[in-house]
Amino acid sequence: MKPRSKRLLLLGSAGALLIGAVALVLTAFQQNLVFFHTPSEVAEGKAPQERAFRIGGLVEEGSIMREDDGYTVRFAITDTAHVIPVTYRGSLPAMFQEGKGAVVQGILGEDGLFRATELLAKHDENYMPVEAQFALDQAHKAQQTVQY
Amino acid sequence: MIAELGHFALILALVLSIVQAIVPMVGAAKNRIALMSVGRSAAHGQLLFIVISYVLLTYAFITSDFSVKLAASHSHTQTPLIYKITGVWGNHEGSLLLWAMTLSVWTVAVSIFSRSLPEAFMARVMGVLGWISAGFISFTLFTSNPFERLLPAVAEGRDLNPLLQDPGMIIHPPLLYMGYVGFSVAFAFAIAALLTGRFDAAWARWSRPWTTVAWIFLTAGIAVGSGWAYYELGWGGWWFWDPVENASFMPWLLGTALMHSLAVTEKRGAFRSWTLLLAISTFSMSLLGTFLVRSGVITSVHAFAVDPARGLYILALLVLVIGISLVLFAWRAPKLAGGGSFDLVSRDSSLLANNVLLAVVTGAVLLGTLYPLFMDALNLGKISVGPPYFEAVFVPLMAPVVILMMVGPFVRWKRDGVARIVRKVGPGLLLSVVIGVGWAFAIGHVTWRTVLGLSLAAWVLLASAKLLQERFADRPGTALAVRLRGIPGGWWGMWIAHLGIGIFIIGVTMIGSLESHIDVRMSEGQRAELGGYTFVFRGAKFVEGPNYEAARGLIEVFRGDRPWTTMTPEKRFYVASAMPMTQVSLDIGPFRDLYVSLGDQLDAETWLVNLHIKPFISWIWAGCVLMGLGGIFAASDRRYRRLAERAAPADAARQAG
Repeated sequence: MKPRSKRLLLLGSAGALLIGAVALVLTAFQQNLVFFHTPSEVAEGKAPQERAFRIGGLVEEGSIMREDDGYTVRFAITDTAHVIPVTYRGSLPAMFQEGKGAVVQGILGEDGLFRATELLAKHDENYMPVEAQFALDQAHKAQQTVQY
Repeated sequence: MIAELGHFALILALVLSIVQAIVPMVGAAKNRIALMSVGRSAAHGQLLFIVISYVLLTYAFITSDFSVKLAASHSHTQTPLIYKITGVWGNHEGSLLLWAMTLSVWTVAVSIFSRSLPEAFMARVMGVLGWISAGFISFTLFTSNPFERLLPAVAEGRDLNPLLQDPGMIIHPPLLYMGYVGFSVAFAFAIAALLTGRFDAAWARWSRPWTTVAWIFLTAGIAVGSGWAYYELGWGGWWFWDPVENASFMPWLLGTALMHSLAVTEKRGAFRSWTLLLAISTFSMSLLGTFLVRSGVITSVHAFAVDPARGLYILALLVLVIGISLVLFAWRAPKLAGGGSFDLVSRDSSLLANNVLLAVVTGAVLLGTLYPLFMDALNLGKISVGPPYFEAVFVPLMAPVVILMMVGPFVRWKRDGVARIVRKVGPGLLLSVVIGVGWAFAIGHVTWRTVLGLSLAAWVLLASAKLLQERFADRPGTALAVRLRGIPGGWWGMWIAHLGIGIFIIGVTMIGSLESHIDVRMSEGQRAELGGYTFVFRGAKFVEGPNYEAARGLIEVFRGDRPWTTMTPEKRFYVASAMPMTQVSLDIGPFRDLYVSLGDQLDAETWLVNLHIKPFISWIWAGCVLMGLGGIFAASDRRYRRLAERAAPADAARQAG
């Protein structure tokens, strides 16, 4: 083989490898994005059904209840404008408390109950998860606009 | 007074770093030896003053001087001494000071161990490191002064985040920083090479041990961090693909590519531009990691927008470093073209393929880490990219890397025949798949992922055995000791590190396939079964720690009827920071860990207890240890020392002349 065609072959195979890999990355990326919605958006029906997403806000005071089996927990996430009921099976993270901010990931059922698969309690000096704060701010803004 | 002295020492260090950045560069340009050697002295002085400054800050923490704002926010009189000391780097300002000190340590190490380098080259290396140092020290001084006073002083500090009060946290940041910052040496060598136009096999030989040592530290740092997350966060996971983890993983991936690319450049003179580009981008990833973790963009892009000084400074630093080095690269690299040519079927091209794949994986991790930040910054919606994405990308891209990793050593440099390679590795590859399938059936968990993982692991082990056997067959007739000594450290390094990957894959696959977990509601005397173990809850009692209160559960574990061990998970409450914490209890074993934590207290007598069995998790750590050990073997290869000895007389002759 001539050096020139050798080079082409080498570049060609490296290029093919690269294109295949990039295609894989982009497909995986599209399929696995998880969107965030505020409780208000969920209440307005803007959130998807049958696809996992995240909601965030405050854990409503007095809402945490354990069912008799001991594992299933019910609570509600609120942005102060709307309240979304949530169920979760398992232990609650140490920092998950009523009146504190939380973000949960899961699937919204047709009955309006959010079935959480993951509870995210942040572990840094900022006790308020960012997304929870965002939801509160949005609701706050919306309420103000209504008043004017 | 102490804090002011520390502040002053840091200012002196900044002045010296600026001297180190400018004078030797001028000297190299004008070919004046006296100016060139200033770099070395400035570096030594700089280290002295940074250490003074660091020690004084630590003194403020130990003596609980709460007129220093940093100590007031991250320490407490009741904090155990060791956490007062490590608390110095458990925060933004202190960790930046540690960053700068680490860089200074590396710089001085280069100035001591690389005496044999040509003076002009060395001067430029010192200059580049000086610029980086000036950038970071000024960042610390102007935006994040660790010595800021709090007037009036408070009576009691706010304590270190309880999650950080842990032995893992003592060594994790220094190890990680040694790794991150260590890549600055390879970067400085690359820039110096671009400036001088000297870029040959010798350059690669100088860079190799430094890159390898940085890589060892980074590997250890990531492994310790992962272990810390495993037992401290209380969820039993060991890797979360969280942005902070990704920030350290990206330089690791590129650093791995760089080590291998340097090997090719040294041995064959090929891949020169690619190696240079990798040296630049690996360090850029270290800087990006520092930016991600230190600017606060991860916690909130908006927090970043509200207090942009820190973020903008470090972003500007990042853009400057990457921008200038890429411009320099674009300008000078075409002159460096050439080097060894090689065929499509050769060890060179198998290394190139792995390099490309590692770069793509880095790109994929970068995309998943930065994309949500961009979306958020541009107000296009809030999204998150979770572990499913990273796993979907990582597994298929790394599988060929692992296969090629063990094929490569059987392939000849420059040119080889397909038939010869197939004869060598074909049977082993087939056998690995058979073993993988059989193994998956044996453990009763047949999914494509388990089969793939176990086949890859089998392949690494089989190929390692064959490599070793071939190496020993190399010189028939000689004594074993002679043959052992004939094998260079670099070869052992490669062999051990690759074997470590195999062990690591076994751990990851087994835990992914077989881990089991139950949450049980338990009151005193109640029992639960998991994985052949019986857990009996003996109640929880109140205990008091130095700076926390805790409920300590007592759980007796039986294997069959035999008492096995007693476990004591805790639910702690740190008084000063008012933070609850879960303290896991572990029973570590070679083939499984028992992992027990206390969940919620349901009523006075009843707790929700989380029981996990983590099969083969120790193999993950063992794999990391082997990788690090391999690095140590490779870095201590006799060749590098011989190089220094050979060059020494030449140096003496030049100075005499």
